[in-house]
Amino acid sequence: MTGEHDCSSLSSVLRRLTCDLAIQDLNARYAEALDDDRLEEWPEFFRPDGRYHITTAENIAQGFPIGIVSATSRAMLRDRIKALRQANVYEAQRYRHVLGAPRVTSQNGELTARTSFMVARIMHTGETMIFATGCYQDRIALNGAGATFAEKVVVLDSRLVDTLLAIPL
Amino acid sequence: MNVHTNVRQWPDEGLTRVPYWIYSDQDLYAQEQERIFRGDTWNFLCLEAELPRANTFRTSNVGDMSVVVTRDANGVVHAFENRCAHRGALLCLVPHGERKEFACVYHNWTYDLAGNLTGVAFRRGIAGKGGMPPDATPEVHAPRKLRVEVLAGLVFGTLGADTPPLEAYLGPDITRGVRRVMRAPVRLLGGYSQALPSNWKLYMENTKDSYHASLLHMFFTTFRLNRLSQKGGLVVGENGAGHISYSMAADVAGKEYEQAKMRSAQDGYALEAPELLQSVDEFGDGVGLQILAVFPGFVLQQIRNSLAVRRIIPQGLDRTELVWTCFGFTTDDDALNALRLRQANLIGPAGFISMEDGAATGFVQRGSRGAPRELSVVEMGGRGTSSEESRISEAAVRGFWKSYRAHMRM
Repeated sequence: MTGEHDCSSLSSVLRRLTCDLAIQDLNARYAEALDDDRLEEWPEFFRPDGRYHITTAENIAQGFPIGIVSATSRAMLRDRIKALRQANVYEAQRYRHVLGAPRVTSQNGELTARTSFMVARIMHTGETMIFATGCYQDRIALNGAGATFAEKVVVLDSRLVDTLLAIPL
Repeated sequence: MNVHTNVRQWPDEGLTRVPYWIYSDQDLYAQEQERIFRGDTWNFLCLEAELPRANTFRTSNVGDMSVVVTRDANGVVHAFENRCAHRGALLCLVPHGERKEFACVYHNWTYDLAGNLTGVAFRRGIAGKGGMPPDATPEVHAPRKLRVEVLAGLVFGTLGADTPPLEAYLGPDITRGVRRVMRAPVRLLGGYSQALPSNWKLYMENTKDSYHASLLHMFFTTFRLNRLSQKGGLVVGENGAGHISYSMAADVAGKEYEQAKMRSAQDGYALEAPELLQSVDEFGDGVGLQILAVFPGFVLQQIRNSLAVRRIIPQGLDRTELVWTCFGFTTDDDALNALRLRQANLIGPAGFISMEDGAATGFVQRGSRGAPRELSVVEMGGRGTSSEESRISEAAVRGFWKSYRAHMRM
């Protein structure tokens, strides 16, 4: 598959659909693990050398490299979950991710996907707010073992984060 | 009326007691804006690097008042109220950019980069009809200009006529602390904001509270980034306006936390990716952490190689925006730059060692809501506001209230 709309043959269409479905499935499982508080599973959605970066659209537009979260390995992601479980202090809360349809592209055998998201945050008090909106800009490794993120860049539409960001997006 | 006045009496115990009405009184909020932020204080506006060239600007705040900070064609930095002389509309609607003049979108009145009113649309009318009377002087109502001082790449502004020069306001110790961090030309690394569910004073107290740092922030303690048993100290400026809390990077700590069975001591908790804590002694003095705060709303942070300025924007009694801007220096090599970006995981709304601050100040706001007449106890490290070697002290918090009461005439 090359480019976005290669529909020249039945086999290329099928390949494309397979990729799209695999990525939709990856996204759905990813969001479900976070929303169901299965945070220990979260690093497993990444390759061992996977990169996870949360930033803002403003930082991207200005070419600023800083991350709100900036991890360059699955080990760093596991450390973050360990810290959330054992060290960091925050009020009980959970998320509900609502994801858009991924727009998948393929270049030189590498899959990229852009997926809109909205995340509601539900506090233990019942207070519910739209906590974050933005776009996942992902590079995805797809092989016999399934789909994993080689890179997930979470680009927040807003520069403003309410109170704290503990659970990953 | 009498009751109201009585409620606002500062407790007889002085600086060791803080009344909870101080965080929940609507009238007081308005008074603080006038007497503190728009009064005789220096407000941090931005990094000079945020005005990289002639004819650049960025918006900022003095308390909840919006201001425009500019660098004019000659390189001079100005700051003025973001308010049109005509009807009071915002003059500048974007956070930063490049411009030779500002034109109010409402009626196209124009201003130069120093904030002078330079043009009134159709001032003389058209063909002798309409327009302003010949003797009108709209210039009188032009946006107020701030006195600006730039210290080591940090831009401060004040509206107060009697504010002492910046270095006198900070005092020699705090000035030295600023210069220590701002050792080279700044390279911006980006930023973000955090909405704190609390009164602005609770956040500033939090930054001045060296006692809480290693007790609330378990990540800090667990990895021995900052334990109160580590060598360090607390420097409080003479007028209480500024403070520095610092600790040495080297761990000479004993087992005090473990012996006291504190929640924040969990030895054996190892990082799988310990490179997170890799750092270099870029300042050459062994100081691993320096938090410097200036009344009313500025924080300069050095946590290992993670450098940032933070400024607060009060947004009502129980909401404060905290604006973070992270930076390095133009002299940084790739390795140091990489360390700064990695250590950014420690700070900000998702920071391993700072995420709790946003929540904790909110806990006080909510916890004290029903107790306006009760008092909080601020007696760690005695009753004074002087510098000391121990950080098991609330001397800088008392310093904050010393400044606060002086400005509020309380």
